[in-house]
Amino acid sequence: MSAPNLADSIAPTVDLIAPWVIEDIRPLIACLAPILGMIGIIWAGEKRPNLRETFTFIAAVTQATMVLSMVPMVLNGAIIECHLWQVFTHVPLLLRVDGPGLLFACVASILWIATTLYAIGYMRGLHEHAQTRFYSYFALSLSATMGVAFSANLLTIYFFYEMLSVSTFPLVTHMQDKSARTGGRTYLGYLLFTSLCLLLPALGWCYVWLDHGTVAMDFLADTGKVGFFSAPSQMILLALFTFGFAKAGLMPLHSWLPGAMVAPTPVSALLHAVAVVKVGVFCVYRIYADVFGPEVLSRLNAEEWMMGIACATILISSLIALSQDNLKRRLAFSTIGQLGYVVLGATLATEQGMGGAVLHIAMHACGKITLFFCAGAIFVATGKKYVSELRGLGRKMPITMTAFLIGSLSVIGLPPLGGFVSKWYLALGALDRDAVWVVVVLLVSSLLNVFYLLPVAVTAFFRNHEVEEEHAEVREAPWTCVLPLALTAVGCFVLFFLSGPLLRLAGIME
Amino acid sequence: MFEEGALLNELLIERLNYCIYVVLLLIGLHAMIAKRNLIKKLIGMSIFQTAIILFYVSVSVKEGATIPIYKAEHDPHGPHLAEEIVPEASGESESPRGPLALKPEETSQYANPLPHVLMLTAIVVGVATLGLALALCQRIYQGYGTIEEDELLAKLEIADARMTRSPLAKGRQSGKASSRALSGRKPAAKQAGGAVAKKAPAKKSSSRRRPPASKDKSASGESAKPKIPPRKRSDSSQPKKGSA
Amino acid sequence: MDDAIAWIFIFPLFGSVACALLGAWYRRLCHPLAVFSMLGATWAGVETMLQAVGSTSGEVSYLLGGWTLDLFPRGVGIEFRADLLGALIALVVLGVGLIVSLYSKIPVERETPNKESLYYSLFLLQITGLAGIALTGDAFNLYVLIEVAALTGYGLIAIGSNRAAAATFNYLILGTIGASLYLLGVGYVYIKTGTLNMVGIREMIQANALADSPAMHVAFALIGLGILIKMAFFPFHAWLPNAYCNAPSVTSCLLAPLVTKVMIYVMIRMLLTVFGVDFSFETTLWADFMPWLVVVAIVCAAVMALAQREIKRMLAYLIVAEVGYMVGGVWIYNYYGLIGSIFHIISDACMTLCLFLGAGIILHKCKTTHFDGLRGLFAKMPLTMIGFFVGGFSIIGLPPTCGFFSKWYLITGGMVAERWEYMVVLMFSTMVMVVLFFRLIERMHLAVSESGKNLGKGHGDLGLTKEQTKFDEAPLSMLLPLLLAASVVLIIGIYNQDVVDQIERFLAPFNLPKGIGH
Repeated sequence: MSAPNLADSIAPTVDLIAPWVIEDIRPLIACLAPILGMIGIIWAGEKRPNLRETFTFIAAVTQATMVLSMVPMVLNGAIIECHLWQVFTHVPLLLRVDGPGLLFACVASILWIATTLYAIGYMRGLHEHAQTRFYSYFALSLSATMGVAFSANLLTIYFFYEMLSVSTFPLVTHMQDKSARTGGRTYLGYLLFTSLCLLLPALGWCYVWLDHGTVAMDFLADTGKVGFFSAPSQMILLALFTFGFAKAGLMPLHSWLPGAMVAPTPVSALLHAVAVVKVGVFCVYRIYADVFGPEVLSRLNAEEWMMGIACATILISSLIALSQDNLKRRLAFSTIGQLGYVVLGATLATEQGMGGAVLHIAMHACGKITLFFCAGAIFVATGKKYVSELRGLGRKMPITMTAFLIGSLSVIGLPPLGGFVSKWYLALGALDRDAVWVVVVLLVSSLLNVFYLLPVAVTAFFRNHEVEEEHAEVREAPWTCVLPLALTAVGCFVLFFLSGPLLRLAGIME
Repeated sequence: MFEEGALLNELLIERLNYCIYVVLLLIGLHAMIAKRNLIKKLIGMSIFQTAIILFYVSVSVKEGATIPIYKAEHDPHGPHLAEEIVPEASGESESPRGPLALKPEETSQYANPLPHVLMLTAIVVGVATLGLALALCQRIYQGYGTIEEDELLAKLEIADARMTRSPLAKGRQSGKASSRALSGRKPAAKQAGGAVAKKAPAKKSSSRRRPPASKDKSASGESAKPKIPPRKRSDSSQPKKGSA
Repeated sequence: MDDAIAWIFIFPLFGSVACALLGAWYRRLCHPLAVFSMLGATWAGVETMLQAVGSTSGEVSYLLGGWTLDLFPRGVGIEFRADLLGALIALVVLGVGLIVSLYSKIPVERETPNKESLYYSLFLLQITGLAGIALTGDAFNLYVLIEVAALTGYGLIAIGSNRAAAATFNYLILGTIGASLYLLGVGYVYIKTGTLNMVGIREMIQANALADSPAMHVAFALIGLGILIKMAFFPFHAWLPNAYCNAPSVTSCLLAPLVTKVMIYVMIRMLLTVFGVDFSFETTLWADFMPWLVVVAIVCAAVMALAQREIKRMLAYLIVAEVGYMVGGVWIYNYYGLIGSIFHIISDACMTLCLFLGAGIILHKCKTTHFDGLRGLFAKMPLTMIGFFVGGFSIIGLPPTCGFFSKWYLITGGMVAERWEYMVVLMFSTMVMVVLFFRLIERMHLAVSESGKNLGKGHGDLGLTKEQTKFDEAPLSMLLPLLLAASVVLIIGIYNQDVVDQIERFLAPFNLPKGIGH
């Protein structure tokens, strides 16, 4: 997997000790493209739906192009920076592209294109209202996601994190009815409570305590500076950060995610399986890898606690998922469990564990978005929401259900699918620090994944003889729905074979 | 503060002016807070302000002193020139073109004019406040037919409840809603008109404020409220302008 | 332009007279006159600010009547001093006044017909008083200017309905008590120090070691209590909600952002410039109990705001809570807390302005500000709602609005001072504000009544007629000032470092505790 020649020619020939920093505007363009697209979307409005969706596509493609164009440079060890403005004396609003951020950005922006195509089919198929609002806030949240992926310090990441919370609220409450109100309240209640009451003090702590030129906010320059604190302070700080980023869905603060499932399926698919929740775990990853850093963490021994919480989250949420009949809710609890993997990887504080965490962001995203796409396609085609109603659908909707099976296998973590790679590295990371019990947890949870995911596909394919006539009218969803889910299912295979550059981005094989 | 002499001695002889002003202050404060009649509150306010004026003036009293205008023998430029004087100049600037500072022994016969001047301003402020407050009383009486706080509060509560009622609960009465939202004037006036018709003649006979009462009676006699508000407003805005 | 400070007063003062005289002759002249005066005054304010920033001492002084400092000792004659803090607050006053004057044309004509000349006359006098409070260097003049601002404020509120007059009466009684207590305190200070000049008082206190004098403590308590009453600090807040809710909407737009904030400025001025940091925070016991009072104040005000069902009334209680923030930021006695308080004065003025302008527009278009009448406003007036919620997000403290940064400094101040109770209460009230504003968003956005009943037929139907959800934006003369205010909120947020630099320059000589750490 060698990088293209262009980047090779730019790269310095000597060994890099300090990262090689390039000033470039491309990360900013990637952030701003959705906002510009949003203006176009609003301008086109409900009267010109085709033009409106064209704008969405343009924005998504621009963003993906920008993000992908940075891959070769980053693979060569470069770091791209874009300085926006000075917020505080020592803390600028700074965009910086490094390996893990770029990997996350790639996943989000590419899947946005697929989701846009899917949303057209879904929204039009169901004759949804207020589609302009839907597409514009969708674009806005993708802008915030890019911002989080490219943030260079805690303050920048907090800005975009809050922007994401607020901009997804209209999407969650899209149905505008009572259930939307309940979901929306839970959503904002959890996310804003944690970000304003846990995160903000933690940020202030990092800023004030270590003032006089040693602000511990930059991810690159200030890694490990929190080591100046006393050990109990570090523990509190770590807890504030870990739970403050409640989008990561760690166990006591996870309820917002099932609540947010009242949103239309494209929202659940991209935001609540990819963008929003991955922003949460990505932030947690940043805290562990770039604010504390492995050395400080290993001195602290606090991550044992966090590891325990992550493992508990993985197991409990898998158990809850077993009992859910509503397909989207089952997938939501599955997501909570999978997010626990990423947090677990970050807490392992080993190179392979942290790399596995970043990889899992990508691998799980591809698998889970496929599952959500399928759930939505089933809803568009049949109006069915519950697992028990799916009997016999496999024959009527073969592409959808096959994709569902592939997605399930990827989430479970079987080769040759993407999910296997990340789980493999997570297990390696756990073994690196002799935490055998973590490996056991990983195995048990994989088993649980099998129990709650495979029955869906099995029901659809094999239990068909009783209710044949019930699905007489059923056909596949519109092609705009089916094509994206087929593509992401293929993507699960591709990610497995493409894991070389992904590993380099995640920082494992350098 | 209390080292020398008995406390009583100090309070009654040395600092009698403080005691008087504090007593007055408390009387005023009590009237402002505890009295139910709005005019009595205003009387309390006047007492309160007067107490402060008394305080300022009494602390600047000086036995046998005179007003700070040059005595002939102190005038450096001769008796024909009335130069300004610096009350508490520290005697450092002896510039011939500027004002001259007197020596301490020369100024000992003068009283400090500054507190008195300050109090002139404070009196002006107090008068303006009182005028405005009386104008407000007039408006309140015209609007609600009472200057007793209890009755006023009861009426305000009804008016507030009507103003803060949910538009959903009320059904579709957009016309009414608009007049209400624009200003609480009309419903309040209507209600007050009704109230005054029943109560005012009996209850307000003891009121100190004749003119608004008679005006209101004439208004309530035929309950012709559209005519009243403009006149009322021009009446009450007059003192406000003056005070400002 | 050396006399920029004087022009700050000349423009609105003479504008006020002109409004009263010319307005009686030709009513339509009043609004342009008011806008012109405000433009002139704002220009002078900017000029003063630039001079203060440019000067090495960080202050510009203007002595009235030629009582120059080389001929007379400080304290003889009246001084207007624009140090960085005063100039900043004056600029806020003038900026808010300018935006409100731009906005005022339609609502004033509509809510107080035939009284435009009086209204604008009072309006400009109010600005004169408030700007004077910010710039005066004399403790007694401060009293007079407080009363000028208060009297015109009473007039501006009572010019509306009879209900407003009744509310004003309470305001007047409490306001007079507050101002009189202040005057009394100044009397004690004068007895002990023999001067009324603010800087002069502090020099005398330090030179003559007056910090132990009981009279100074009495003076401090009287002045402090008077100011707390005037700023509507929690137990003394009763006048505020009624007065602001029943006032004409332009009045509430003008008074709500400025009056309480300017009084907090007065408090800071008294503590730092007049009594001095050592006396205020170390000698007196106020710094021990004030943070706890602040906790009570913020909690009570926030809970009362939660109970409201009407935008204006809710905002009025929010102001009371915000007053608690700022008072707390001062009394936790800390460098960052004071930066936060001063910055919050500025940002709170801007965001409250946004909210009240927005509420005025809602009242203008919907005839009600009750929560139940707000459904479908996002479709009807999207731009107004953007402006309104920029203010709302700023009150919550979401970045990059200026409210985030002021809250940031307040929180860090609480941390450094180890005033955990203050921090916790800040968090609590932040959550209350999240509830308040997202409840509004819910009401405007969802088709659900408060009790949870679905009002529409689903699929985005709000249960309203087509007429009610049609795009129907407010007139431009009201909308543009709102958007201007909203952009100011964002711009101050983005360029907060420049503002904070000036505040830090102002605070540098006072040697406030900068915290533990290193």
